[in-house]
Amino acid sequence: MKAKDTLLYLDGVSVSFDGFRAINNLSLVLQSGEMRAIIGPNGAGKTTMMDIITGKTKPDSGDVYFNGTVDLTGHDEADIAMLGIGRKFQKPTVFESHTVEDNLVLALSGPRSALSALFHRQSRDETDRIHEILYTIRLFEKRHWLAASLSHGQKQWLEIGMLLAQDPKLLLVDEPVAGMTDAETAETAKLLRDIARTRSVIVVEHDMHFVRELGVKVTCLHEGSVLAEGSLDHVSNDPRVIEVYLGR
Amino acid sequence: MITQWFFRHGDRRSLIAIIILVAVACLVPVLNLLVPDTSPFHVPTYLVSLLGKYLTYALLAVALDLVWGFCGILSLGHGAFFALGGYAMGMYLMRQIGPRGVYADPVLPDFMVFLNWKELPWFWYGFDNFWFAALMVVLVPGVLAFGFGWLAFRSRVTGVYLSIITQALTYALLLAFFRNDMGFGGNNGLTDFKDILGFNVQAGTTRSALFAATALFLALAVLVSSFIIRSKLGKVLVGVRDAESRMRFLGYRVDRYKLFVWTVSAMMAGIAGALYVPQVGIINPSEFEPANSIEAVIWVAVGGRGTIIGPIIGAILVNFGKTYFTAAFPEIWLFALGALFILVTLFLPKGILGLYGSWQARRASHAAQKDDEVLPPVVKQSSKRLAEPEPQAAE
Repeated sequence: MKAKDTLLYLDGVSVSFDGFRAINNLSLVLQSGEMRAIIGPNGAGKTTMMDIITGKTKPDSGDVYFNGTVDLTGHDEADIAMLGIGRKFQKPTVFESHTVEDNLVLALSGPRSALSALFHRQSRDETDRIHEILYTIRLFEKRHWLAASLSHGQKQWLEIGMLLAQDPKLLLVDEPVAGMTDAETAETAKLLRDIARTRSVIVVEHDMHFVRELGVKVTCLHEGSVLAEGSLDHVSNDPRVIEVYLGR
Repeated sequence: MITQWFFRHGDRRSLIAIIILVAVACLVPVLNLLVPDTSPFHVPTYLVSLLGKYLTYALLAVALDLVWGFCGILSLGHGAFFALGGYAMGMYLMRQIGPRGVYADPVLPDFMVFLNWKELPWFWYGFDNFWFAALMVVLVPGVLAFGFGWLAFRSRVTGVYLSIITQALTYALLLAFFRNDMGFGGNNGLTDFKDILGFNVQAGTTRSALFAATALFLALAVLVSSFIIRSKLGKVLVGVRDAESRMRFLGYRVDRYKLFVWTVSAMMAGIAGALYVPQVGIINPSEFEPANSIEAVIWVAVGGRGTIIGPIIGAILVNFGKTYFTAAFPEIWLFALGALFILVTLFLPKGILGLYGSWQARRASHAAQKDDEVLPPVVKQSSKRLAEPEPQAAE
C-alpha cells in the first residue's frame, strides 16, 4: 500500500530503550475516517507507539507519515498537535487548578503563540463552541467547577472534550474507560462512535467488552509488532493471540 | 479604565493592593516631610528608607512568584537579576560622583584610580546618562534571562535541575563580581554615592521620592502581573505548572511561554535592584549570594505562592521580622528563619493568603450548610466572580 492515500502510515518502525526493543518493525496503516482498536498485553508497545506518533519519542528506524506526505519523525509534540493529532493519556490529565470551562478554552483550536495568548479575547463563536462541547460531554452544569473536583469518569470525559475542542483529524485515545462504571463505559463507547463519524480514531484498550461495543477493526500488538489484525472475533480466535493472552 | 478592566476580570484583591500602594506612596512622604518631628504621626527618614527597602524586596518577590507560583519554575537565582539591576543603577550613581571622589578624578570612579587604571572600560560608557542606565537596568537582566532561559527551556531542563542551575548562575556571578579586574569594584562593590538626577541621595526629600517611586513601581508590577495572569497566556502558564506535557500535546510551545514570563520576571527583579541600591547606598557582590535568592523564595512561600499580593505580604513580614530579630536576638535569627520555612511548608502550604482563602471557603460552606444546600466545590476565589453572577448552588 502507498503512504499517499492513508491518514497514518507506519512502516518498519523500531525503537529501543537501553537495549530493550519496545517497538520492533511495526507497520500499521489507518485510513481516513477509520476507527481502530489496539489491544495487546502489558508491555506490548501500545503507549510507545502513541509516543512515536505524537513526537514524544523518536523512532530509531522506520517511516511515520501523516496525511500521506508529512513525515512525523521530523516534528515535535507542539507541531504534531497543530497538524491535527490529538492525544488522550492513560491517566486522565486535565488542568486541575483551572475550571472545566478554562480547560476547554485552552484546548480550543486557534493560534498558539504567546503574544496572541497575551491579548486574546474570547469571541462569541468560541464561547458557542465551548458550550456545545460542554453539552456533548455532559459537564455544562459543572463548567465553573475546578477540574480537580471532578470524579475520575468526569475527568476522562473532560479530556475527551478537550480533544474535541482541539478539532484534530486523528484522535489517539489511551484506555478511555479505565476506572469507569459499566454505564459510563457504554456512554463512552457511544461518544467515541459519534466522534468517529467525522474523524479518525485510534483507541488503545484492555477492556474486551468495550472493544466489542465499539465494533471496529482490531489490531493486536505483541512485543512491539503486529500479531493479528481484523475483526474482534477473528483476532480473538487467532491461536497466537490466545497464547499471548493466556499462555504465559 | 483600569478600574473597569479589574472589575470585568474580577481581580479585586490586586485592585485593592494597587490602591493601597498608591496611597502609601503619597502618605509616607507627607508624614515624613510635612508632619513635624514632635508629632506622633511623623515618620522618621531612616524608617522611610527601611520601608523603601522592604518594598524593593516585595517587588523581587512578586517577580519570583510570577515564575514560581504561576509557572512552576522554582528559581533559586533570582537574586542575580536583582543584583544586576542594582549594579546598573550603581554604575550610574558612581559616574554622578564625578570629581567629588577621594581621588578627584573627573571621570574614573575611585576604585579604578586605586587600581591604577588609566581610562574607563568600554562597558562603563553611557552610564553617566540616567536614561541609558535605566534602560540597562531592565536590558541586562532581561538579556541574561532570555539567553539562559532559551538554552534551559529548549533543552527541557525542569524541576530541581533547573533550580540548581539558577543557583549556579548566581554563584558564578558572585565569584565573577568579586574579582577586581571585572571592573565593578570587586569585593567593595560600588558605594559613596552623591547624587541621583541631580538630587542628593542622602536628603530626606530624595529618600521620600525614592520611596514613592518604589511603591509606584510595585503597584505597576501588580498591575502587569495581574494582566498577565488573567490573560489566556496566564492560563497557559498555570497549565504548564500543572501538566506540562499535556500543554505540549495541545500544541503549545511551552518553552516560549516559559521564556516570556521568565524574561519579564527577570526585568522586574532588575527594577527592584535598581530601586534598592540608592536607598541602601551600596551594591556589592554579596547581593549575588545564593542565600539571598533562597530567602526570596521563603518570602513568597510565607505570603502565598500563586497569588499576586501574597509575596508582597510575605516579603514585608519576613523582613520586618528579620530587622527586629537581628537587632533584638541576633544569634537566633537564622534559626527563626529556618523554623519559619519548615512551619510554613508543613502547616501553611499555600502561605498566609492561602490560609485566609481556606478560612473564607470554610465560612462559605458553613453558610451553605445552614441553608441546607450543597455548595459546589469552591471555584478559584477571584476568578469571574464579578464578571457574571456566580452560578448558585441550586443550578
